[in-house]
Amino acid sequence: MATQECTRIVIIGATSAIAQEVAKLYAVQGARLFCVARDEQKVIAVASDLRARGAEEVSVYVADLRARDVHADIVARSQSVLGTIDCVIIAHGVLPDQHVLDHDVDATIESFMINAVSVISISHRYAEVLEQQGSGSLVGISSVAGERGRASNYAYGAAKAAMTAYYSGLTVRLRPAGVHVLTVKPGPVDTPMTKGIKMPLMVPPRAVAADIVRAVSRRAIVLYTPGVWRFIMALVRAIPDKLFVKLTKF
Amino acid sequence: MGTTFESWGRYPTVEPSTVVDLAWTQDLNLRGVQAPVLAYGKGRSYGDVCLNAQGTIVSMDRCTRIREFDRERGIITAEAGLSIQELLRVIVPHGWFVPVTPGTKYVTLGGAVANDVHGKNHHRVGTFGCHVTAFTLVRTDGTVMDCSPQHHAEMFAATIGGLGLTGIIATVTLQLIPIASRMIDEESIKSRSLRETIDLTISSDEDWDYTVSWIDVLASGAKLGKGLVLRGNFSAVADGTLRAPWKEPLLKIPLEGPSWLLSKPTIAMFNTVWYGKQFASMHRRHIDLEPFFYPLDAVDRWNLLYGKRGMLQYQCVVPLEGGEDAMRRILSTMQGGGISSFLAVLKMFGNVASPGMMSFPRPGLTLTLDMPIGGKRMFDALDRCDAIVHEMGGRIYPAKDARVQGSMFRAMYAQELAAFQPYIDPGMSSSFWRRVTQE
Repeated sequence: MATQECTRIVIIGATSAIAQEVAKLYAVQGARLFCVARDEQKVIAVASDLRARGAEEVSVYVADLRARDVHADIVARSQSVLGTIDCVIIAHGVLPDQHVLDHDVDATIESFMINAVSVISISHRYAEVLEQQGSGSLVGISSVAGERGRASNYAYGAAKAAMTAYYSGLTVRLRPAGVHVLTVKPGPVDTPMTKGIKMPLMVPPRAVAADIVRAVSRRAIVLYTPGVWRFIMALVRAIPDKLFVKLTKF
Repeated sequence: MGTTFESWGRYPTVEPSTVVDLAWTQDLNLRGVQAPVLAYGKGRSYGDVCLNAQGTIVSMDRCTRIREFDRERGIITAEAGLSIQELLRVIVPHGWFVPVTPGTKYVTLGGAVANDVHGKNHHRVGTFGCHVTAFTLVRTDGTVMDCSPQHHAEMFAATIGGLGLTGIIATVTLQLIPIASRMIDEESIKSRSLRETIDLTISSDEDWDYTVSWIDVLASGAKLGKGLVLRGNFSAVADGTLRAPWKEPLLKIPLEGPSWLLSKPTIAMFNTVWYGKQFASMHRRHIDLEPFFYPLDAVDRWNLLYGKRGMLQYQCVVPLEGGEDAMRRILSTMQGGGISSFLAVLKMFGNVASPGMMSFPRPGLTLTLDMPIGGKRMFDALDRCDAIVHEMGGRIYPAKDARVQGSMFRAMYAQELAAFQPYIDPGMSSSFWRRVTQE
């Protein structure tokens, strides 16, 4: 498939470990980046780093994405700064402690608002922009956790399932307009988000980032990273419910 | 995966009780953390200076952001977890290189400051610390100190070569050196004796920025100290190589080797082949900076080849006067102790003084050997080497050490220790420090 140069990039959740690594890879190529994150000090540190690594221009937008009323402004500002947008990467999210959420409905809904509702709200607005442009890539960082709800992280998994289904539909909708949509499904990544959690096949964020950049240039539709998760999740999905409910440790 | 904290020699093996996986230097707050605390970078020091048994390890691995890069003046400020490897990818395309580099690019800036590392150009430019213009230090009581030769000058001096004991180094500012090319003009000259190796080193130091000698440790008698003297300069020709792509390691060692892999017979074979592969008395090459500075980095995790027992590295420095005799005695003592070294390296330190109080290098000859961990016979022989070094007014390098007797270390660094002591953060310590100060 045709590769496309990615030089004007919006990153939502720019201080996340995966987003930082993706941004570094584009910065080296001299990209112009529009970085959105909640913590001002941290996103400024990220922006300085990206400039030093070769980004032509880095703009910073500080926002708490739980407040949906800022979403339209983020989109408008990024458009006025970058002009045409080549790539939007949605990387923000939280990994709540499921044991706490098990007995806290408000916190459960709150995590869903961030991981699913704000993602859809922002993605939807950028979908309009890219559709009108008739170009660009929209990249959503979902998770293998969205493929089947597990006792250990079903709140997170439910939000990611919503995101994955939403992105799947968006992929089809935007295709005729020439807009590329990529759903990224990482397995466990060694980031501050997964601090203290030991999981098999954990990979560094740098490896995931390299896969994402490659998938964007190839205009891939779904990226499992590392690739072995495509097979693992096919097996997990195939486990009969009667057996699945017995896998309490899973 | 960031869950095991070992040193490059994989000896001794100890576990911290707590690990702080630091994602942002802005979040660095050590109040309430279980003492003693120690920062950990890439774990490339050989012995136990980077270990903290039963204490808290602050892993700096994620703190790799560059704060500022002045491409005109070659000054860079970055978080202390940034490795030289990553730094080079940023600076080399713009015609800059690190002023001083150790033999591996997988060291962090914080580690380079804390151990005040040196390289093949010590005779020209001194240690890493000579080129550090500033750093930020975070103490366990929450104090943040911006240190430079002008500001908190004493803490600046204590931290360079201060083995990470004065606080956590959060950011480092470094003056880089300009280069026109990635390529090095290298000459390799065969020497037939220790005398010749030293003479060649002295004469090479006049015209060459980078010099180092490899010594065949198994040669004895008149041939003792024979080897290859390597010397190199960056090519001055702007040949367009600065933006050339970087290579990944050729080979990755996946697991521990069996103990016979690097044992006396195989090491003997290696040394013979290495010396014998060069037939001519002099060999010229035009090579990339990576194989020149970092030949061992081509084999990722080569330390695993030593197997489960791990390895030791021994590095000492003795004054040039009487140095040849001392080297002879040390090499014979090693041979007498049944020690065979895969790589033995001889280098001359120059007289550029480091600002670091505890900095290891002193003018004179420095010898480095690595060896598989052996029995009592090996440890005893190394103790005898220490005695020779101390008698000559020399010292050993903490970043490589895992076994020096506390009393011997305190004797070697007696003056420096007295000056250094007041600057140590009371909430910080390392396995090395407890070993050499308490035992």
